[in-house]
Amino acid sequence: MRRSSKKSSSSAPAGEEQVNEKQNRKRKGVSTNLTSRKAQRGQTKAVSKEVERIDQLFYTYADSSSGMVDPEGIETLCSHLEVPHTDVRILMLAWKMGCEKQGYITLDEWRSGLKTLRADSISKLKKAFPEMVQEVTRPSNFQDFYPFAFRYCLTEDKKKCIEIPVACELLNLVLSLQFRPQVDKLMDYLKYQNDYKVINMDQWMGFLRFCNEIIFPSLDNYDPDQAWPLILDNFVEWLRANKN
Amino acid sequence: MCTQKPPNDYSKQLYERYKEALDDYIKSVVVPSLKGKHGEFLLRELVGRWKNHKVMVRWLSRFFHYLDRYYVSRKLLLPLNELGQSCFHDLVFKELKTTLTLTLIDMIDAEREGQLIDRALVKDVIDIYVEIGWGSLGLYEGDFEQDFLNSTTDYYSKKAQAWIVEDSCPEYLLKAEECLQKEKERVGHYLHSKTETKLLEDSLLELISRRAEQILNKENSGCRVLLLDGKTEDLSRMCRLFSRVEDGLFQLSKVFKEHVNEEGMSLLKSATDAANSKNERKEIVGALDQDFVRKVIELHDKQQSYVINCFQNNTVFHKAIKEAFEIICNKEVAGCTSAESLATFCDNILRKGGSEKLGDEALEETLEKVVTILTYISDRDLFVEFHRKKLGKRLLFDKSVNDEHERSLLSKLKQYFGGQLTSKMEGMLGDMTRARDQQANFDEYMSQITESNPRVDFSVTVLTAGRWPTYKSSNINLPSEMIKCVEAFKNYYDSKEKCKKLSWLYSMGNCNIVAKFDTKPIELIVTTYQAALLLLFNGADRLSYSEIVTQLNLPDDDALRLLHSLSCAKYKILNKEPLNRTISPNDIFLFNHKFTDKMRRIKVPLPPTDEKKKVVEDVNKDRRFSIDAAIVRIMKSRKVMGHQQLVVECVEQLSRMFKPDVKLIKRRIEDLISREYLERDLETTNSYRYLA
Repeated sequence: MRRSSKKSSSSAPAGEEQVNEKQNRKRKGVSTNLTSRKAQRGQTKAVSKEVERIDQLFYTYADSSSGMVDPEGIETLCSHLEVPHTDVRILMLAWKMGCEKQGYITLDEWRSGLKTLRADSISKLKKAFPEMVQEVTRPSNFQDFYPFAFRYCLTEDKKKCIEIPVACELLNLVLSLQFRPQVDKLMDYLKYQNDYKVINMDQWMGFLRFCNEIIFPSLDNYDPDQAWPLILDNFVEWLRANKN
Repeated sequence: MCTQKPPNDYSKQLYERYKEALDDYIKSVVVPSLKGKHGEFLLRELVGRWKNHKVMVRWLSRFFHYLDRYYVSRKLLLPLNELGQSCFHDLVFKELKTTLTLTLIDMIDAEREGQLIDRALVKDVIDIYVEIGWGSLGLYEGDFEQDFLNSTTDYYSKKAQAWIVEDSCPEYLLKAEECLQKEKERVGHYLHSKTETKLLEDSLLELISRRAEQILNKENSGCRVLLLDGKTEDLSRMCRLFSRVEDGLFQLSKVFKEHVNEEGMSLLKSATDAANSKNERKEIVGALDQDFVRKVIELHDKQQSYVINCFQNNTVFHKAIKEAFEIICNKEVAGCTSAESLATFCDNILRKGGSEKLGDEALEETLEKVVTILTYISDRDLFVEFHRKKLGKRLLFDKSVNDEHERSLLSKLKQYFGGQLTSKMEGMLGDMTRARDQQANFDEYMSQITESNPRVDFSVTVLTAGRWPTYKSSNINLPSEMIKCVEAFKNYYDSKEKCKKLSWLYSMGNCNIVAKFDTKPIELIVTTYQAALLLLFNGADRLSYSEIVTQLNLPDDDALRLLHSLSCAKYKILNKEPLNRTISPNDIFLFNHKFTDKMRRIKVPLPPTDEKKKVVEDVNKDRRFSIDAAIVRIMKSRKVMGHQQLVVECVEQLSRMFKPDVKLIKRRIEDLISREYLERDLETTNSYRYLA
């Protein structure tokens, strides 16, 4: 372990709070107020060490032929993290990493993710989770995470929709913490109706808007003459009809 | 006395003495004579006295004319005759005026009741009112008119109350009209003309306005009953009277609208009931359908005639008809939309051998009425599509009564609804004309070629794709004679039109073939498919179902229909083993040598497949495209637009063709978003932005 000055990284990503003092001490990479060259050299050395560790960690899970972490590797990662691989936190991690393809992590994605989380080992990664969850659920970040979750589930390149059962699961995963009652009802409706077999991005975003804006369960301020997606109009109709 | 200079100027005294003299006279003679007299005697006496007075004053003022000219004008006093009148007024008239008015009113009331009164007397007295007021009507209005109008109101109020209970509506209206007429005459006889408007207004108020509800809704004789019984005279009277009253026509039109609505509803109900009770045979339901259309047209005509003849052709009533019929015409009857029924109706009248046989003029009239009904139907594109399909059949099987009528209907449709609806059908008619022209050239060509001449009378109609409905046709194996014909035409056509491709629709053709039966040969008029099937029997007497299907390369459902029409229908050209009425794949068919009929020429019909579902599907598909196009057009010009506004404009743009469902519009918007024509606007809520 390298002993280093207890400098708080002033240019760390905005909003992140320093939870772990130890991690803090190790943090070097993005500091810009360098005074002595020695310190500079020391810091870059620390950075490169960290990067090395991150990379090493990557290769323990990556598939040697493809050079990426594949679904199997992710499963192993999850078991090490002691988090089920269907947990929302894995999805959040994917968001943090900026993963493009579901089930696969590239080296760059891995690097950027773990760097921002300031983790270079499994234990540090695990400890970063609570903070990460908090960060993601902040409204400004959630607006970005939510559509990401949708895009992440698109399996083929050109496809723009996800099937109803997948959509239900995803809703449950992503929204149920904040909007449990709405999600339950919405899931029931999606399974019951057969106008739509798939959900597209526009409808997906509509769900979030619905949860944020509409009073539930009274639905008083819902106006079908406005530009709500038709599936939500039908949902509200169904809710109102089945109120009794 | 007057010309002297003062103090010898006795003008003033003269003036005063003049007045005194008159006053004295009045007091001493006139007033006593009037005292103690009542009623008409009073009036007569008064009139007489007033006449005398007028004469007196006239002569007196002549005597003292000099006063008038100089003294009066200089001193700005009342001229002598006016002075005289004012004496009379102050001493006589003022006292008596209330009595006078009452008496007069009594007399007038008596006349209203039918008694004869001395009209001249009344006129004279009323003239006094006017004259005494020095030509202005102040006295007349104040002392007489107001009370008179009040009493009129009372009178008619009582009368109306009584009448409305005793009399039926037409009787009441008759009486009301008579009263109004009499009042008008009354004004002419002895009232001042200025009173006329107010008098009539007040009377109308009492007779009509206040009782409007009761008049219109009187049981057994109110407006509705009159409409049902067709009592045009009474209705005209009602309209005349109500039109003079504020809001009268509006109330009348409300009742009229209810009437039309109810008539329409009962029509619908009886049609639906009839259809439900007889739901076995399709032909009967079809006939009921046509019955319904005919009845709707009749109802419309009847109501229109009411409006034109009785209701002064007023727009309020036209509007009532429009609203009522819009409801009636957009309801389904026995699973058939009115658009479809109307199209079938047109087919019947335009088709040879249709159920309606109308002369030229009657046909034109009926077509005009059809178009009128169409203005009430919102699903016009559905009508057009059904009509187009049926037109196609009529043209191709030469069933149209007259090209002229077809064109006239199309031009009427174009006039009302724009060319978009009719352009395809006009194209169809154009194709037929061209085909007929081409046929002459083709016949010439055929007569010139000798080796490949099939020696069969053969005509081809070339249709422009896209204008005609899509027709299913399969690649059946034609008999060799027909193949020759087809080849010949192909060569001819290719030589004429180098870059056009022909797709052959054998399913739409027809054929006359002569079948040699034992008794006598009979000419059969059949479709091309049927002919091809029959010609197989030239080669074999007995064929099984599967052989037929393979040899002809027929799809199964076509085969079933064809074989049924030739072996199990009215004319059994083929015999079937086993002998039953259904076709099964194990059947065997034999040529029926023993068939005969008293005619030399018979038509063996092939019942058509039901296309209703397909038409509805096609129309729905077209509607989706139309909505998409409309949305894109609107958004392209506006760039950013709110949701509700977009929906409203979209509905309006498409209203000529059909009434789009709001939910469908929303769905199309969403589809356009996913196809990246539009996006949701991030700045304004509920708005969309056009993506170039």
